[in-house]
Amino acid sequence: MKRSLPLAMLLALGLASAARAANEADYKAAYATAEAASKEAAGLRNQWTVTVSTLAAAKKAADGGDFDRATAAAREAEALAKASIFQAASEKEAWKAMEIR
Amino acid sequence: MKTRSALLLGSLSAALVAFALTSPRVVAADKVDPVADAKAFQNFFFQKFPDVKHEDFVNGPYSMNADMKRQWQEKEEFPPYEFALDAGKEMFATPFKNGKTYADCFPNGGVGIRQNYPYFDEKEGKVVTLELALNRCREANGEAPYSYVKDEMASLTAYMAFTSRGKPMDIKIPDDPRALAAFENGKRYFYTRRGQMNFSCASCHVQSPGERIRAEVLAPALGILNAMPIYRSEWSGMGTTSRRFVTCNSQTRAVPLEPQADEYRDVEYFLSYVANGLPISGPGARP
Repeated sequence: MKRSLPLAMLLALGLASAARAANEADYKAAYATAEAASKEAAGLRNQWTVTVSTLAAAKKAADGGDFDRATAAAREAEALAKASIFQAASEKEAWKAMEIR
Repeated sequence: MKTRSALLLGSLSAALVAFALTSPRVVAADKVDPVADAKAFQNFFFQKFPDVKHEDFVNGPYSMNADMKRQWQEKEEFPPYEFALDAGKEMFATPFKNGKTYADCFPNGGVGIRQNYPYFDEKEGKVVTLELALNRCREANGEAPYSYVKDEMASLTAYMAFTSRGKPMDIKIPDDPRALAAFENGKRYFYTRRGQMNFSCASCHVQSPGERIRAEVLAPALGILNAMPIYRSEWSGMGTTSRRFVTCNSQTRAVPLEPQADEYRDVEYFLSYVANGLPISGPGARP
């Protein structure tokens, strides 16, 4: 019993921090990271439409004061942008496998 | 011990011989060879679809599906591109404000020349498409350029294609490393996967012609540009080659490039060259 109490408290604290609502600072940090990745993808001429629309959705949610949704969307946009960057890098050689010879 | 050494030596020699035999092929495969590429490209489709007449590939999905072909042949009696064709003919003959016409910008007065576009301009060091040449003609004569994707540009190219109907595609690649690089770049663009769907042009038009993607029957890549521009029921109007590339990119969830971007010009060069010998069938009509 003595042992399980601190464990339960730790668990409760962990859950509480995980469930903490995102604030404007969280959103701004997530958005800046996503925007940088998105710009990198555009520079590679391999931007995805969904990255652009998800970034726009993040901004719209933030403008409406919903920072939970805005932060989640910004993180999703970052993941999409990173996937498009990975695609551009891997396709530098991978396209040859598709070629008719 | 001696046996082991002999075996090891033998294996090494065999590996060296195999490497020596295969390495020239690797070098050859990396060399830009448009003639070999075009031959391989055409053979792929001729072998994949042995029942399709070679000149029929330019009719896109209709060459793949007998029912669609019958419907299209009936539609051709009153083709949906007819209005654009008439408008294009009139526009082509109407002088610019300076009194000159499109005919002054093109060889043979612009009639029956569609099969020679795109071409590689050795002065500019880049590929010049028919759409680009038309807008350059306008600008050289003090007129504002048209949108590359539809309306007037589609009408003008529809008329020019019509005057070339039946003529075999005849794209030249000069002995110029920049032209070969443009061809190679176009080939790379064609086979490169892009967008969230992770599709290349080849995913649909090489791997899956004749198959359905949703309600559409996919067209073969061979001769796909010979029918341009096209009236598309999906668009409720005409569209140019530029529009086709932009739309394809969007459908894979890739942000399209600007019309007449170098990549689009190069992929048009590649696709047109590998269709050499197949007839111009544009303007076309597609579902």
